[in-house]
Amino acid sequence: MGLFDIFKKKKVDQENQSAEVDQQTTPESAPSESEKQVTDADQNQPAEKSANVAATDQQNQPAKKGTAEGTTGSTATEASESATADNDEAEPESAEVVAEDNDGDQAVATGHNQDQGQKQDQNEDQHQDEQSNQEVYDRGLKQSRNGFAERFNRFLANFRSVDENFFEELEDTLIGADLGFDLAIQISNQVHEAVKVQNIKDKDQIRSLIIEQMVAQYEAQGQNEDQSMHFAPAGQPTVILFVGVNGVGKTTTVGKLASTYKKEGKKVLLAAADTFRAGAVKQLQEWGNRADVPVVAGPEKADPASVVYTAVERAKEEHYDVLFVDTAGRLQNNVNLMQELSKINRVVKKVLPDAPQEVLLVLDATTGQNALQQAKLFQDSSDVTGIVLTKMDGTAKGGIVFAIRDSLHLPVKWIGFGEKATDLRVFSAEDFVYGMFKDLV
Amino acid sequence: MPKWPGQAIMAFENLTQRLSKTLKNLTGQGKIREEDLQASLREIRLALLEADVSYSTVKKFIDQIRQKAKGQEILEGLNGAQQVIKIVNDELTALMGDEAVPLNKSEKIPTIIMMAGLQGAGKTTTIAKLAYKLKRENNARPLLIAADVYRPAAIDQLEILGKDLDVPVFSQGTDVDPREIVKAGLAQAKENKNDYVLIDTAGRLQIDAELMAELKDIETIAQPDEVLLTVDAMTGQNATETAQGFANELNLTGVVLTKLDGDTRGGAALSIRDVTGKPIKFVGQGEKPTDLDVFYPDRMASRILGMGDMLTFIEKAQQEVDEKKQAEQLEKMRLNTFDFNDFIDQLHQVQNMGPMEDLLKMIPGMAGNPALANLQIDDKQFAHMEAIISSMTKAEREDPDLLNPSRRRRLAAGAGRPIVEVNKMIKQFDQMRKMMNQASNGNFSGMESMMGQTGMDMSQMMGGMGGGMPSGNFGQKVQNFAMKQAARKMKKLKKKRGKK
Repeated sequence: MGLFDIFKKKKVDQENQSAEVDQQTTPESAPSESEKQVTDADQNQPAEKSANVAATDQQNQPAKKGTAEGTTGSTATEASESATADNDEAEPESAEVVAEDNDGDQAVATGHNQDQGQKQDQNEDQHQDEQSNQEVYDRGLKQSRNGFAERFNRFLANFRSVDENFFEELEDTLIGADLGFDLAIQISNQVHEAVKVQNIKDKDQIRSLIIEQMVAQYEAQGQNEDQSMHFAPAGQPTVILFVGVNGVGKTTTVGKLASTYKKEGKKVLLAAADTFRAGAVKQLQEWGNRADVPVVAGPEKADPASVVYTAVERAKEEHYDVLFVDTAGRLQNNVNLMQELSKINRVVKKVLPDAPQEVLLVLDATTGQNALQQAKLFQDSSDVTGIVLTKMDGTAKGGIVFAIRDSLHLPVKWIGFGEKATDLRVFSAEDFVYGMFKDLV
Repeated sequence: MPKWPGQAIMAFENLTQRLSKTLKNLTGQGKIREEDLQASLREIRLALLEADVSYSTVKKFIDQIRQKAKGQEILEGLNGAQQVIKIVNDELTALMGDEAVPLNKSEKIPTIIMMAGLQGAGKTTTIAKLAYKLKRENNARPLLIAADVYRPAAIDQLEILGKDLDVPVFSQGTDVDPREIVKAGLAQAKENKNDYVLIDTAGRLQIDAELMAELKDIETIAQPDEVLLTVDAMTGQNATETAQGFANELNLTGVVLTKLDGDTRGGAALSIRDVTGKPIKFVGQGEKPTDLDVFYPDRMASRILGMGDMLTFIEKAQQEVDEKKQAEQLEKMRLNTFDFNDFIDQLHQVQNMGPMEDLLKMIPGMAGNPALANLQIDDKQFAHMEAIISSMTKAEREDPDLLNPSRRRRLAAGAGRPIVEVNKMIKQFDQMRKMMNQASNGNFSGMESMMGQTGMDMSQMMGGMGGGMPSGNFGQKVQNFAMKQAARKMKKLKKKRGKK
């Protein structure tokens, strides 16, 4: 079964489900409109509600509720961030206590945050997270989807006949979704062919043809992509390196993954190898505190490779399961800094010849075509094994996911939809495609 | 196609090249025609989209270019492609603001500057750079207010930067509402008589209603003179939404474009400018505190188009040859006489033709000239000439006037060529010598007519090259150019021989 078929099937399932749901939850099922003006009172209610929900079985919860959760979710994170920021031993449990100083509803939200997080992990453990995963994708991609759908529909609204103008407009629309120049032209050409062969003139047919071509192209290019995370054999530490340009969210990603893996029962160690940016080490330590994970840090302006060396040694001696290495942001065309990255790689190999098991390139989803350039050059200096796509919530176009697969064949392994640790998700091509296009077919 | 200097931007096909392909028929037509324009506008459109300029901005921009370029006359010395690029570049520069816009300054202290932007755009880093710039260039005493209470260690980051640069930072930890922090910070600035206050805010999505409301409140409280939107130069199509979102909520006064030291084309700059209408005031181009520069619209225009400083080159090409240099060379040449050694060098050069060919292509309009494609040299003819010269004695080569009929017969026998051919070659040599002397005396005017008269012209010598060349004024120009080059080469080889 092709990706497009799965996509369509999901669509049908979801429609049936939400039809039932809509009847049950009409009063609060329009949060998409009111989302922008959520007042404190409004937040309180769904937060409590979804906290309860999270504690019960999450599998059958409607997608709409997922949206409501999202809204309060960010408040919850802020609350817990501000609550724990000044608290050094900030265990997740202590968040509620600290939060008592704040408003009552924030405390509830924080509690809900944990509940959901724990629930999530159980789900992940049991590989039953499809539903909730889909919800998160659905919510996280809402803006992107709407943005694309709006442009796409506007494009089709102007549709009169399939002529040169039509394909130019199509190219614009696709490039407008950050699909990139080459891929946009390619898809446009494929549509061109298909329209000729099948002699399509009807608007709806064209609509689904374009989406189908996009999905098909995406699927075809994804063959042999290895999306799974690789780990060292039992008893040996796994080393995962995080690289990327400045400000994409490397430290935040490390922090989130640390908490995810910690909750899975892994023994996690963090290495603060960003010794350059002011406050970067403290930022990671803060995440370490939150997740209750130790952080190896060197003195100020230390050689990052030496910090990494210490961390790898420690991971080996004290039998940690996973070591996450947070590196400094660097622009891919800065040769010296890219060499520093190669050095870090070599240092890791010196202690553990099979490591690093993963080198994850962190990419900001709002980046344009430069993302491809980043991936290429980072691949050259340190064999990147996969991509973490951050900041996919918001109005990021998402087309870059297509462009990356098409030209680089680097698997996206994680995708970030928000500020919470649980908003960083294992990447699922199916959920992604569904989240992007479900309103269009 | 000649290589334009400054092709620093990798991985993108050069717009100039693509345009030249589309527009090669345009050369020499005098005006830009609608059909040609249509094709070139497509190329420009794609180049801009490739550079991440948002598609709505591109659309608007292309329409503008169409209006401007239609029927416009092509400047002398430029070809159609270059003319179109010139229009595009001019328009692009105009769109981005013709000149750098300085920072606003309040009439009474303090001048309040507030930063806003998405997460990871580089607000905190920019604040520190800006504070350092003000301190260094204006002897300012800035105060930084740390109002990012959300991101872990954001306040630490600002405090460390402040310490490094010796700039005070006002902070109240992460438990206080950012609005209160700003209020208290402003009070302290007033007390300490700081002349600049820079407010660092937390990164936020423009669709996050709650955090945007907070930002708006801070703006109301602080009444800033500058609200700078900080944007990552690598941003893609999303730049429009981001800029619009922030512009809707805040009274933006300017934009800071960060991470421009990367290899991004930076098309976002254009989209943001288009959407907000606000000037880009600074660009961040590096990790050091000094790496904050004033924004120059024209440089950005060239960068987005991916054509390096091609326009500079066009100007240079128009000037052709530096006059002073030329005078020097001619003076030196006058001192030299033209002999058979030079003649044989010329033959070798013409045979090699490499540098000459390059040279011709540098002249505007010659790049795609079909005449150059057909450039062929009759090798045998050259070989025969060479054989005859090789049969000469050293003295004969240096003093061609020695060649009396007896010597000529000897040459013919030695080279194995008929005497007629020897005579013909010597006649050609004499004409060449005359020409060279004239060239070195700076008298070009008579040259073409002379060549026409004698029946021996450059075209014959160069194996038909001249025949395909444009006639009249332009042809003469090219030949003059070739002569100058030949004279220079001759001189060089002469020197070399002298050393031996």
